[in-house]
Amino acid sequence: MGQAPAIEAEGLVKNFGKTKALAGFDLAVPAGTVYGLLGPNGAGKTTAVRVFATLLRPDGGRARVLGHDVAAEAAEVRRQIGLTGQYAALDEYLTGRANLIMIGQLSRLTAAAARRRADEMLERFSLTEAAGRAVKTYSGGMRRRLDLAASLIGYPSVLFLDEPTTGLDPNARAMTWEIVRELADSGTTLLLTTQYLDEADQLARRIAVIDGGTVIAEGTPDQLKSSVGGEHLDIALAAGADVEAAIVAVKPFAAGGVRPDEEGRRLSVPVAAAEGLTTQVVRALDQAGVPVNDVTMQRASLDDVFLALTGHATSDEEAA
Amino acid sequence: MTTVTAELAPSQDVTYGRSAVAHFAADVWVLTKRSIARIRNEPETLADVTIMPVIFILMFAYVFGGAIGLPGHGSYHEYLIGGMLGMGLAQTAPGVAVALVTDLSTGLMDRFRSLPMSRWSVLVARSVAELLTQLIGAAIVVCVGLAIGWRVHTGAGDVIEALALSLLFGYAFTWAGVLLGMVLRSPEAAQATGFIIFLPLTFVSSAFVPTQGMPGWLQPVADWNPMSALAAASRKLFGNPNPAAAVPAWPMQHPELAVLGWSVLMLAVFAPLAVRQFRRKVLG
Repeated sequence: MGQAPAIEAEGLVKNFGKTKALAGFDLAVPAGTVYGLLGPNGAGKTTAVRVFATLLRPDGGRARVLGHDVAAEAAEVRRQIGLTGQYAALDEYLTGRANLIMIGQLSRLTAAAARRRADEMLERFSLTEAAGRAVKTYSGGMRRRLDLAASLIGYPSVLFLDEPTTGLDPNARAMTWEIVRELADSGTTLLLTTQYLDEADQLARRIAVIDGGTVIAEGTPDQLKSSVGGEHLDIALAAGADVEAAIVAVKPFAAGGVRPDEEGRRLSVPVAAAEGLTTQVVRALDQAGVPVNDVTMQRASLDDVFLALTGHATSDEEAA
Repeated sequence: MTTVTAELAPSQDVTYGRSAVAHFAADVWVLTKRSIARIRNEPETLADVTIMPVIFILMFAYVFGGAIGLPGHGSYHEYLIGGMLGMGLAQTAPGVAVALVTDLSTGLMDRFRSLPMSRWSVLVARSVAELLTQLIGAAIVVCVGLAIGWRVHTGAGDVIEALALSLLFGYAFTWAGVLLGMVLRSPEAAQATGFIIFLPLTFVSSAFVPTQGMPGWLQPVADWNPMSALAAASRKLFGNPNPAAAVPAWPMQHPELAVLGWSVLMLAVFAPLAVRQFRRKVLG
């Protein structure tokens, strides 16, 4: 480490009336990485992003972006950030190109630079053909692409993406992922909120799981997964197989208690992943005369992590 | 294929280092151009200052006009234009409200707030764009007026004074629209509320009919209506029939001063209130 985090929060508090949107929120995002904020609706993800992007003043605690306090040095922060919210923030009646040029100029680019940069962005986001059309004629996916382009036009070193793929079709989603990876490769710091575990898993170097306005777990996707049990082998026994014999056979490979299911047809064996482990287990079962239908290595998904940590699933619309 | 990179903006491409005033002016200009571009892309946006006044002028000149008798005679067509100028200007206020509510409710304002731009420029640019719109509206009223027989019987100085007063009034009135846009939550509500407020305001005045014909209790309301002052000032300065000159109420006796006073008062009340709402909603 040694380097100061690009985005950091210490004990952030933000209340809306009686609702505690952020209740002692801590975060440290290393520069040049993709960081995922994962949580259900209402967990406080958007509030946190809005505080970092200087749209909301925190009621307590501190937040800094690239070393600048978001409340006291908001102007400095705004020079270096880009924001893509949940809804495309565009002028519906302007053309795509005019939108980008406007945002470019308001980001303090000269008129000539804004025009040049707008054309670059339109090309990158495959919008050149639609550039001369009013945004209100755009499809949802095109809008989101233009919105992302708009947030990049001012050369931000820190980019906030608030649920960038919610409501997108798989193609548009894949394109957004590709752009996020490109940006990360080139050194941009990205803070990404998402309700999709696979998205956080795919893109983020580190993840903070947030619920009720605080971070309840933090780490790399692998750390989070192993914290709820790591890998296990799922063994489907053939009809008439001896469950007790099977348990005895796999015990030497187990990293914890071996659990049969209620009908005695499946075994779940916690293991420490190792080369050729599955083959060895199959061989051991065969030598013990236990016929099996299927043996698969299961890794804990972030879904498991989320469920284990919060007691509810990610897509819980009612979550407060 | 080009790629997106985290390079920094080349220093010759950015305008940092210019003065705050220069930045503010640049932001206002960019956002004003935005409103103009919208008008160019969708000219029907201007219907409220172009088609509406034309319809009103023709309707009042040829449908109702014949039934409206002016005290002391004179041409109703000549009388009408002074009132239509004011109505044309006030008509734009609901449009301002709608535009601002739309920016606030679509997230565009959030984007603006995350940029290193001046936030006040959003309000100022909107009012400047509206002033341009009002200029177009005033030009149309003048042209249609000339076509139906309205004439100016005074000198260029008076005409300039009349137009300057009208635009000052229009600009001040715009801030009522800005305030409305800050208070209301949806474009539909802004449209409806604007209509409910501004329609009676223009009709309970001397814009279309002399106040002498109104019931006694309504006359003082109409005589002190800012729209009446603007209509009377325009008529006086254009040398058109101005029955209000016979009304003893102070604004009718000193219409130019009254317009100035009303304009200053509206600016002094609506602008700070709008700014306060803007601060609360937008500066958070």
